[in-house]
Amino acid sequence: MQTMLQQRSGFRAAQPGRQVMKVRAVAAPLKTATSAPSKAPLVSPEVAKDLYYDMVLGREFEEMCAQMYYRGKMFGFVHLYSGQEAVSTGVIRLLRQDDHVVSTYRDHVHALSKGVSAREVMAELFGKKTGCCRGQGGSMHMFSAKHNVLGGYAFIGEGIPVGLGAAFQSKYRRDVLGEETSDSVTCSFFGDGTCNVGQFYESLNMAALYKLPHIFVVENNLWAIGMSHLRATSRTSGDDHPFIYKKGPAFGMPGVLVDGMDVLKVRQVAQEAVERARRGEGPTLIEAETYRFRGHSLADPDELRSKEEKARYQARDPIPQLKKYMLEHGLATEAEIKALEDKVAEVVEDSVKFADESPKPERGQLLENVFADPRGFGISEDGRYRYQQPGFSSGTAVVS
Amino acid sequence: MLASRNVRLAAGPRVAAAPGQRALLDARLGRRAMVAAKAQKKEIMMWEALREAIDEEMERDPTVCVMGEDVGHYGGSYKCTFGLYKKYGDMRVLDTPICENGFMGMGVGAAMTGLRPIVEGMNMGFLLLAFNQISNNCGMLHYTSGGQFKVPMVIRGPGGVGRQLGAEHSQRLESYFQSIPGVQLVACSTVRNSKALLKAAIRSDNPIIFFEHVLLYNVKGEVGDKDEVACLERAEVVREGTDVSIFTYSRMRYVVMQAVNDLVKKGYNPEVIDLISLKPFDMETISKSVRKTRKAIIVEECMKTGGIGASLSAVINESLFNELDHEVIRLSSQDVPTAYAYELEAATIVQSSQVVDAVERVCGARVPATV
Repeated sequence: MQTMLQQRSGFRAAQPGRQVMKVRAVAAPLKTATSAPSKAPLVSPEVAKDLYYDMVLGREFEEMCAQMYYRGKMFGFVHLYSGQEAVSTGVIRLLRQDDHVVSTYRDHVHALSKGVSAREVMAELFGKKTGCCRGQGGSMHMFSAKHNVLGGYAFIGEGIPVGLGAAFQSKYRRDVLGEETSDSVTCSFFGDGTCNVGQFYESLNMAALYKLPHIFVVENNLWAIGMSHLRATSRTSGDDHPFIYKKGPAFGMPGVLVDGMDVLKVRQVAQEAVERARRGEGPTLIEAETYRFRGHSLADPDELRSKEEKARYQARDPIPQLKKYMLEHGLATEAEIKALEDKVAEVVEDSVKFADESPKPERGQLLENVFADPRGFGISEDGRYRYQQPGFSSGTAVVS
Repeated sequence: MLASRNVRLAAGPRVAAAPGQRALLDARLGRRAMVAAKAQKKEIMMWEALREAIDEEMERDPTVCVMGEDVGHYGGSYKCTFGLYKKYGDMRVLDTPICENGFMGMGVGAAMTGLRPIVEGMNMGFLLLAFNQISNNCGMLHYTSGGQFKVPMVIRGPGGVGRQLGAEHSQRLESYFQSIPGVQLVACSTVRNSKALLKAAIRSDNPIIFFEHVLLYNVKGEVGDKDEVACLERAEVVREGTDVSIFTYSRMRYVVMQAVNDLVKKGYNPEVIDLISLKPFDMETISKSVRKTRKAIIVEECMKTGGIGASLSAVINESLFNELDHEVIRLSSQDVPTAYAYELEAATIVQSSQVVDAVERVCGARVPATV
């Protein structure tokens, strides 16, 4: 395959021991400065507005989820993304429709950023048939084939290999099926806790080995439920901090650390990684230093994180930061920003109304979608396939 | 995993581990004589039949690809993909690092996005390391995604008790996998059905876990036409009979047939059903047989507790209780790790004499047929 790649793209295939990857720290871990206001704006007004809208949508949607959870409109484990918006927005708003996104149990906002409607996500949370997974997935399993959201994966690390598979498919289309335009990329999102799981390392190795167009996005929010990153992960060699991005070069790919509370910086880093992947130069590991403003889930009493730590990150809230930047750089007026916020409020309100008024799944849905080919339910005593029997489509049949 | 390689090398041709080597040996020792002897019927070994199935399906559909440990340059631990990388390239016959959960998940992602991967477990036991991907993602995500994504992949490889491979290499994963919703379990047993079933599995839109048996790769037989594709959900009536229904699968089919030879001499006329589909069960074939013979014996290599036989027995008792003249008998492996020592290993799995005894017990003594 490497020979094929060499011929096709002219890039030298990775050779163990010969290539020295450069580790670049885009921002020091605790550096809080935003982009210097004196320079020309990093993005156009349209992009800035899009990013702002998406981040506010993510925040307001999640805050509404909390309300709805406490009002008994949704159940189970609900993990909110508030505080981390700059990562989802910074990366996903760069992607094309045919690019893939893989998420975790904290997946509502990734889905929204990729274009899944607030209505569909909220309805899924309400367990309604109009939800993006017909009410069969729930908070931790948001999928959208149309938007190439490959799903929320609730076991730590299990989504990353799936993301690799999508990236493999993209490369396969180009190299094997001869689809020259196939240059889609896949971004897999996960947290600092995942970085101690075997599948993460298995995936780093394979992504680099096969030069897959895959971007590892670590949302390092410092806490794996109640386990501090500093207590869970050993320090990288020569450092007094466990840097995750430094694991990239160990596997032969660039590792980048970025201020995950600054959407423009995230976007800048992601842009480079996406372009690199599209050019066929392989994967990148991005560590975005971020923070969740709420507990691990709505069931988490959140007793272990200090007030000081929370306040420190609250001061770096990515949304006011971007607002300030936009105003300072003339990317939007106060009125335009207000209009974006109003639009979000309207969309979120509408999503709740839609979800509330949507019908519940019918019993007949029960046995659908277990198998793509319903023959998988097998042959019953009378010689017919079970799915052809009465009671199957009404969901009342017992399938064993 | 390294252990498997050692075992394979140490065991050499004693076990079915090196069909490729045998093939080469055959070639050297006079392939021509063999060909002449078989001018009428072309018999091949099961590993060759499986290889043909993969080759033909890869030729037919460019989205079909293979992933796994040593499937490419090495040709597969049991040679089922021997030489295919030369024909299809390294990417379609992808040698993976040793990371079962990782490459299984990669297969899932590839399947979700339009490819049809065949993922090989070098030994089915190793797939315990991929249980996360097989259960959560292969099995469930068609459902959790509300039917938006399908996972058309085949997970295949050698399972069962080989010959003195030790406990870890002698596992019967079917018992572990059977309760995963959304997957089908298929066990092949003959040259012909192995090829036709594997082709069907590759073409299926469902995730199929396809069980081969370490000791059957060198079994010889004929394959059907190139277009022969089996039904994945159908059991196979191996032998029609009237006295008792013996349900079995995979290598135990041969153990049962050995017993049947003795039983026929003793005047019994057992019916033998090869289940093929371990999940779901072919209830038509099973119930027809039970209604006819009114007695059921299940012979399996699986563990007795929580095994395939346990499930089948429950289903027969639930749905055919009134058709039975005798309680369902299960002949399963002992619930112990499989020992290395030959005698202990043999005592762990079912032997044909036990099948004979069970039939005699269920059917009562017979006057031997005219000798």
